[in-house]
Amino acid sequence: MPGNLIHFRRRVRSVKNIQQITRAMKLVAASKLKRAQDRIIAARPYANRMLSVLNSMARRIDPAQHPLLAQRDRERVMLVVVTGDRGLCGSFNSNIIRSAMNFIEDEAANRTLSLTLVGRRGVEWFKTRPWQVRHEFVNIMTRVDHRYAREIGKGIIDYFSASELDAVYLVYNEFKSVVRQDVILEPLLPIRRLEFEQESDTDPGVDYIYEQPPREMLDFLLPRHVETQIFRAMLESEAAEHGARMTAMDAATRNAKEMIDQLTLTMNRIRQASITTEIIEIVSGADALEG
Amino acid sequence: MALPEAIQLEIVAPDRLVFSGEVQEVTIPGAEGYLGILPGHAPLLSELKTGIISYPDGEDRVELFCSSGFAEVLPGRVIVLAEEVESPEMIDGSQAQADKEKAEQMLRSRDPGTDYQAALTLLEQASARLQLVD
Repeated sequence: MPGNLIHFRRRVRSVKNIQQITRAMKLVAASKLKRAQDRIIAARPYANRMLSVLNSMARRIDPAQHPLLAQRDRERVMLVVVTGDRGLCGSFNSNIIRSAMNFIEDEAANRTLSLTLVGRRGVEWFKTRPWQVRHEFVNIMTRVDHRYAREIGKGIIDYFSASELDAVYLVYNEFKSVVRQDVILEPLLPIRRLEFEQESDTDPGVDYIYEQPPREMLDFLLPRHVETQIFRAMLESEAAEHGARMTAMDAATRNAKEMIDQLTLTMNRIRQASITTEIIEIVSGADALEG
Repeated sequence: MALPEAIQLEIVAPDRLVFSGEVQEVTIPGAEGYLGILPGHAPLLSELKTGIISYPDGEDRVELFCSSGFAEVLPGRVIVLAEEVESPEMIDGSQAQADKEKAEQMLRSRDPGTDYQAALTLLEQASARLQLVD
């Protein structure tokens, strides 16, 4: 029996250690989440306005004016997968990978597919799989910086402009709230050409007056748009990751507590049982002597 | 065609929404010179250079420093997307003065390694900032 007791004590101790770690991770994630949340909320208006300007622009001008507007048959498709660099954040990474795999299975049958991977989890998953990976970016999700977004964007734009790609999609976790992340899969290139829903008085669908030659203007605008959308996706993903980790670690801490309670209870029962047995032995021994 | 009576103006920087509201008029620093925009302006797309955005606010005018970006003008809406936007309170006058002097010195130097483009940009930004602070 005492051996068994020691075994339980050890287990309680090790669960306690794990609990300490998960609790610390939860607190760290919570503090990082705050900062990431502020950043993404501040960055959203710019990305949204940029998108609305782009949409408004894309229906006014002739797509032949710029390579990034070219609508080609979707033969060669690229998917940009934004995952985290680290695990221990619940289903955060697996959701992204599942949704990426669904997309790939739908697309890959009759199209050429390539990937750009952001975040180590995605890189590790696709390492052993047969898809062509054009770019990999690891260890950048811990400190999301506009520089990286520019680099990723440049790679994509180069391929697209050179007509090596016909369409680019982006899949990432969107930060909805601390406890909720939604997987978003959205087209990045070519820039969608929205038709006017109705001809309104205030917004006739006529071409712009340009202050610069349109080509120059678009050269400036379109790459910036791609960068901004990638940057936003990265910030969304960062905030979502911390949120997911916080929730996962909170659950883990609670589970650990439950486990400790269970183990302590069993441990005490065993101890009590052995004490009872000993007392009975002593009492019956004493009885035997007296008798 | 009924013309809108006011402009829905939005000024956005990468890290925040600076202003969103209705104005009667707005002046923006277009790449080819300042543009004054009234409600009902024809659609226009322009790159912005470093300069000052201003719009009326009651009796006064609000003036903001902005560096490169672009603006979309529609009859009833103007969206300004600028890399940097600063209100006069945010500008450090002495820093701007120092930048200006540094830029001028760079431009005067005969060192062939001088990055004239960078110096000009710096000078432009510093001058626009100083204009707001004074």
